[in-house]
Amino acid sequence: MNRREFTQAMLAAGAALPLGITRAAGQTRGGTLNTIIQPEPPLLVTAFNQQQPTLTLGGKIYESLLKYGADLKPMPGMAQSWEISPDGLTYTFKLFPNITFHDGKPMTSEDVVFSCMKVLTETHPRARQNFARVASAEAPDPLTVVFKLKQPFAPFLGCFDCTSAPIVPKHIYEGTDFRKNPLNDKAIGTGPFKLKEWVRGSHVHLVRHEGYYLKDQPYLDEIIYRIIPDSASRALALENGTVQLVQWADIEFFDVQRFKAQKNLEVTTKGYEYFAPHQWLEMNNRIAPMNDKRFRQAVMHLIDRDALAKRVYFGSAKVATGPISSKTKFYDGKVKRYDYSIEKAKALLDEMGLKPDANGKRAEIKYVVPPYGESYQRAGEFFRQSFARVGIDLVLVGTDMAGWAEKVGNWDYEMTQNLLYQLGDPALGVARTYVSSNIKKGILFSNTQGYSNPEVDKLFDEAAVTLDEARRQELYSRVQQILVEDVPVAWTLELEYPIIYDKAFKNVVSTGIGSHETFGAVYKS
Amino acid sequence: MIRLGNAATIGLMALSRIAQLIAVILLIATFNFVLVRAAPGDPAQVMAGQSGASDPKLLEDLRKEYGLDKPYVVQLASYLGRVVKLDLGYSYRQRRPVADLVLERLPATLLLTVTAFCLALLIGTTLGALAGLAAGTVLDTVFTVLSLVLYATPVFWLGLMLVLVFSVTLGWLPPFGYETINVKLSPIERALDVAKHLIMPVTSLAAIYLAIYARLMRSSIIEVAQQDFIKTARAKGLTGPSIVFGHMLRNALVPVVTVAGMQAGALVGGAVVIETVFAWPGLGRLTFDALLQRDYPVLLGIFLILSIVVIVLNLLTDLIYKLIDPRMTTGAA
Repeated sequence: MNRREFTQAMLAAGAALPLGITRAAGQTRGGTLNTIIQPEPPLLVTAFNQQQPTLTLGGKIYESLLKYGADLKPMPGMAQSWEISPDGLTYTFKLFPNITFHDGKPMTSEDVVFSCMKVLTETHPRARQNFARVASAEAPDPLTVVFKLKQPFAPFLGCFDCTSAPIVPKHIYEGTDFRKNPLNDKAIGTGPFKLKEWVRGSHVHLVRHEGYYLKDQPYLDEIIYRIIPDSASRALALENGTVQLVQWADIEFFDVQRFKAQKNLEVTTKGYEYFAPHQWLEMNNRIAPMNDKRFRQAVMHLIDRDALAKRVYFGSAKVATGPISSKTKFYDGKVKRYDYSIEKAKALLDEMGLKPDANGKRAEIKYVVPPYGESYQRAGEFFRQSFARVGIDLVLVGTDMAGWAEKVGNWDYEMTQNLLYQLGDPALGVARTYVSSNIKKGILFSNTQGYSNPEVDKLFDEAAVTLDEARRQELYSRVQQILVEDVPVAWTLELEYPIIYDKAFKNVVSTGIGSHETFGAVYKS
Repeated sequence: MIRLGNAATIGLMALSRIAQLIAVILLIATFNFVLVRAAPGDPAQVMAGQSGASDPKLLEDLRKEYGLDKPYVVQLASYLGRVVKLDLGYSYRQRRPVADLVLERLPATLLLTVTAFCLALLIGTTLGALAGLAAGTVLDTVFTVLSLVLYATPVFWLGLMLVLVFSVTLGWLPPFGYETINVKLSPIERALDVAKHLIMPVTSLAAIYLAIYARLMRSSIIEVAQQDFIKTARAKGLTGPSIVFGHMLRNALVPVVTVAGMQAGALVGGAVVIETVFAWPGLGRLTFDALLQRDYPVLLGIFLILSIVVIVLNLLTDLIYKLIDPRMTTGAA
């Protein structure tokens, strides 16, 4: 970051400051928001469990230093301002005064240092990687936190949302076995809502944290998360007003369209910019014919991704052009495009020698269907039909979550579908899928397809530690060109999950973190 | 004399069964352990998978915490040691004792399944008996067709249709849940509220059991009606009701009790489909989730409880046989 960018960042921080802390006209106190949590989370402490439902619910209970807007720029969270030294090594955060935990004890910079350096490095895989870059973390006074990095890490300021660096109370966890702490059941954070009751299998009841540090917030009195396992029942609950908000995959994609016609509801795909769920057809690069680049390029040609977006995801998706989502920083759309062309696919397969036999069959490939809902099954059927057009039999193999995780993690598959969050910056959410240092057997969401290219490794490594944004763009543009040519995985869609809510509720989607937000500013009109 | 002998035999049989029970439970516990571990998948991988992030340290930590890093034999020995002490273990995934998890779900499940079971048994046997007594008539045909239709109806479909009619269209009943959340009610109001929530899940679940008992009872009545002792009763000059209640029903109930005894075990396990459709916070759903997550301690705990319940119910079924039909005690049957 150069001096000019540094000044801009400071101005942005200053400009963002008043956003959350003043009460605009029309914001009223009171009201209950009924919503859904699916599946039921195993616990609510986001420092120890990072499943999506845990983060949605825990996001109301635990906070971090920053939030990120739809443009992925940092906004004040518990930190009201921040400074980055010109060498990009020292990050100084100033906290809001009077922040308290739900048990009434004050939250200070000591809690931040303890959470980031002691707890999260032990229990949170993503945070462990981020904070491993920190040489020292200090709390010179109760409202100041200073992180000193070992070497510059460009996206460090992007590591402080409530899902990546939740702050837990030092006075509860210090000196204990974090995961077994009996107070985990109480879920004590600093968020605008605190846990009142959790009736397992039924609902989780959050109520207002009266000592919340932002004036007048939270506006709502309570939020009730209902556990409704059946997707048809969830849709019904939204339809008849039992719940006023759904998020992520609560509603199946094929049901989303009908809610657009329901007048009292707002359907938006905003609020997922930070996560930018990116989906692809994963091919085990170690096995023939997937080990041939021409085969993988043929796959890009033989899938009609526009039709996939329209027919399987009912328009709740956008065709992906490469490894970086168009919503993520450093996206470059000026890459080779693979149009839908059966002829081009056949030509590539012929060229590599994968010719049809007397029955017109070129190959048989096993496709493990991810067990994450109806849409994955439908996508599998769509792929099977697509591959059949060029004489490839795609055999769909069913399994459950445990079976899928084991097969993919241990490289015991030929093809499957996968989806990862981009986390706002390619260094945080994209590189992990392609760099050869992340080919780790037994580890899901690593470079499981086994793609290796030294030039790609070098570009990703350099981009992560380069502070100059223009230079980073150059590096990421180059890496996108190489990857799109090599097709380590066949990118299909940028999924656009909906957030559907009753229009009586305002400020529901106010940042790029969407439904994982604190909801302190949400109010009922 | 006969009654005393009967009681003594029942007592002896119960004692010998209890001795067998302990051996069987340990055997079943071992079998459950092997069976659960035979399924592919690793709870640490599932948890890492659902978190969208994974690294070697996380997997290593989780496996260590779950005790999965130890050899199978050591894990089995430690599990059996806990079973002997009646300790159901600890769910590391949910970070709570398995006994707590099961106990908090059991009341909802029992309320649902026992109500459905009793209703089905009562209505099913009554309808079956009426159909059997009126065999060959229009009434018999109507009952038979009705029970066949109910038997063939997928339970989730029936549940959804009930919701569509009684919740969406008519707005009479709550579509799902165990009770109205976040309202203050007196105990009586609360009981009525739960009862209201119970109607549709119970109806859906009872439908299939009802059909089974009705069909079973019908054929059983028809068979018993042709027995010599019924002819003797008629020859003695007994009238219709005293033949039916004094002779036929008691004998016709034996196969129904057999089937009901077998099915009663499944009641404790809950009704996964119904609990899912109606968001009923029961044990069936807990079992299903535990299976998907490979939450071994929860699965093993539930399986163990189910095994014990099935054994105990079988024992009770045998005892009920003796009460219904004393001939079974002497081996004359």
